[in-house]
Amino acid sequence: MAQAHTHGKNEHVQGHGDHSHGHGDHHDHHPTGLMRWVKSTNHKDIGTLYLWFSFIMLLSGGALALIIRAELFQPGIQVVNPEVFNGLTTMHGLIMVFGAIMPAFVGFANWLVPMQIGAPDMAFPRMNNWSFWLLPPAAILLVGSFFVPGGATGSGWTLYPPLYIQNGIAADMTIFAVHILGASSIMGSINIITTILNMRAPGMTLMKMPLFIWTWLITAYLLIAVMPVLAGAVTMLLTDRHFGTNFFNAAGGGDPTMFMHVFWFFGHPEVYIMILPAFGIVSQIVPAFSRKPLFGYSSMVYATASIAILSFIVWGHHMFTVGMPVTAQLFFMLATMLISVPTGVKVFNWVATMWKGELTFETPMLWAVGFIALFTIGGFSGLVCSMTPIDVSIHNTYYVVAHFHYVLFSGALYSIFGGVYFWLPKFTGNMYDEKLGKWHFWLTTISFNITFFPQHFLGLAGMVRRYADYPLQFAEWNMWSSIGAFILGPSQLLFLYIVLKCIKGGQKAAQKQWEGADSLEWTHLPSPAPYHSFETPPVLR
Amino acid sequence: MANSQQSGGYYLPEPSSWPIKGSIALFLMASGFIWFLSGTKTGLWVMLVGLAFLVYMMVGWFGQVAGESESGKYNKQVDMSYRWSMSWFIFSEVMFFAAFFGALYYARTLSVPWLGDIDNKLLWPNYTPTWPTAGPYDAGAFKTIGAWGVPFWNTVILLTSGLTITLAHWALKKNNRSQLILWLAATVALGCLFLFFQAEEYIHAYKELGLTLGKGIYGATFFMLTGFHGFHVTIGTIMLIVILFRCIKGHFKPHNHFAFEAVSWYWHFVDVVWIGLFIFVYAIVG
Ligand SMILES: [Cu+2]
Repeated sequence: MAQAHTHGKNEHVQGHGDHSHGHGDHHDHHPTGLMRWVKSTNHKDIGTLYLWFSFIMLLSGGALALIIRAELFQPGIQVVNPEVFNGLTTMHGLIMVFGAIMPAFVGFANWLVPMQIGAPDMAFPRMNNWSFWLLPPAAILLVGSFFVPGGATGSGWTLYPPLYIQNGIAADMTIFAVHILGASSIMGSINIITTILNMRAPGMTLMKMPLFIWTWLITAYLLIAVMPVLAGAVTMLLTDRHFGTNFFNAAGGGDPTMFMHVFWFFGHPEVYIMILPAFGIVSQIVPAFSRKPLFGYSSMVYATASIAILSFIVWGHHMFTVGMPVTAQLFFMLATMLISVPTGVKVFNWVATMWKGELTFETPMLWAVGFIALFTIGGFSGLVCSMTPIDVSIHNTYYVVAHFHYVLFSGALYSIFGGVYFWLPKFTGNMYDEKLGKWHFWLTTISFNITFFPQHFLGLAGMVRRYADYPLQFAEWNMWSSIGAFILGPSQLLFLYIVLKCIKGGQKAAQKQWEGADSLEWTHLPSPAPYHSFETPPVLR
Repeated sequence: MANSQQSGGYYLPEPSSWPIKGSIALFLMASGFIWFLSGTKTGLWVMLVGLAFLVYMMVGWFGQVAGESESGKYNKQVDMSYRWSMSWFIFSEVMFFAAFFGALYYARTLSVPWLGDIDNKLLWPNYTPTWPTAGPYDAGAFKTIGAWGVPFWNTVILLTSGLTITLAHWALKKNNRSQLILWLAATVALGCLFLFFQAEEYIHAYKELGLTLGKGIYGATFFMLTGFHGFHVTIGTIMLIVILFRCIKGHFKPHNHFAFEAVSWYWHFVDVVWIGLFIFVYAIVG
């Protein structure tokens, strides 16, 4: 999160914040101020843009969630009407998935891929810029849809027809937002994959790559495979809405269920797109604070690849109740359960890495350990959901909501927080405030569990998701959930404060700030990392 | 696959304003189209302005890349980056078509037969689920386009164009510029011929066969699959025309011409999709 730089070979310059970084002589004139960010072809600048964009979206999506929890604090309709409520749940999902989680991981990929493989920058710096700058127009279309006639689309982030077809202008805005986001993701992924395959320093063989690089390589492959399918699905929605096609209309020989199949063919790999980079980050943090190499490196790689392959044949578990042959239900159930094997391998390896390690629990490690514990809860509740007979009763209940928040919040987002604390010293050259970081972790973890653990009970008791109101019997746990949410949300402002404080200054970070960290950015590059990572490729053993 | 990367050998471009222009163009196109769809004619103009801006951006950006390539700024490693990226881009295009082929498969073998089963007899007692179908709601009769007329000749045309672009490629490798330009021009001509026949066929379908986009699931899958394919042929033909002009200007060298190869890869991809269409949309009926 560098602030300024000037030119000159190997020159280190003081920036606005009192941190410095040097860069080489590739460029004769750099734009400064706003244009530096708009026209940037530097992987670190673009990574910074991604991370800030993601944080702004996290706060926006979080604000929507707080309105939802305010409405659900008590039974009855108090804060918003049901139509707006539906728009809130839909947009909360879309903004968090496409605006907060995915861009955060791309931000990390931008910062870390060149540094960890010993490359000067990404393979396509200009396309990298475009991948980022497609996000704001998409965000404008998404957020703007609240303010058009009819309000935001209310069919859930899964955009199911026929309800979706009946939405107003907001539905078209969402469709084109998805198209633009898809273009951004595909270009970003092609860039990342090409960089990893073609830009590694001599001696950086595939099986020497840090696990973060491996997980992103596989994630990028998943993105290129499924984002076009989502584009196809929303295109069919658009033509069904405006051009008289009958893809999802049974009267014309189509089938609304077909949308679900196409959507979830994208949607299930999408959940791994949001969790594999998280696995990568945790696999960097845990060995660093255990002061031991990662246990079972190659099994981690194979587990990641197996998860990616299996992710293409399990989508039907989202549709057990919509009508499909029993054989298909059995197939999807068993294939889904199979995924818990490679996932279990990963959890085992993390625990084995910590086993007999010289453990310390600085903030990044707290997030990583929190991740392992809470993500595993989300994994287990996922296993529960995967069983067809059980899913028939918990489908579309708050049990599912609890499940995927344990996976996405205390999974994906925890790894992002952990990653930010882990690499902030490398990004800025300053140490973050350790005490406040721990406060952030504990406030988040306690309030997160208050918010989402009761939702398991609500779901099992039969409370259905995406309703603005609920029967009186669910009042108590909903109250607790809302109380948790109103601690959880504001706690994230503390994170903003910590990050800003760290960018401004603080104790200087060492090149190898974390004793046990062994990837190239710690062993070969100073803190803060220079503007261009490796002008000359590093010498590897 | 360790590579020999010399110091500063990899070309890192200057800061660029093309991407943000592209974003503005896409934003104008998307919001203009949305506006138009909600019933405002002005939206169409906004969209066209966006499209013009996008074309301007692409001409500028690709022009800059071509200039950098011709001035020898790209080393072997950059060339390899372009190869990887084009391969993955084509893979993404394959997956886009897979969504529509998947929809066709699902409708034909699963959901349409289900529409005729006992559950649906109450709603639509007289419906017989046979392919092609416009569904149980009577959307009016239509006829389908036979495989062995125009579609067959279009297959021949596209396969021939795959051959001519290969001949052009061989000529380029042997540095035979006149042959190169001849075969490339022939490929462009065949691409245009394909598009002409496809347009004729659409007119025929709409005017005489009663086959329209609104004719149920058959019309939807038929026009979306062939339409997106035709759109890709159009893009491919434009790309061919661009490299034809570059060839005429003397661009590309016998051992360094990835832009040419990228277009030929794309053209072969479009060809393969057509084979899939010919088999699953035209040839296998009922
Ligand atoms: Cu799933």
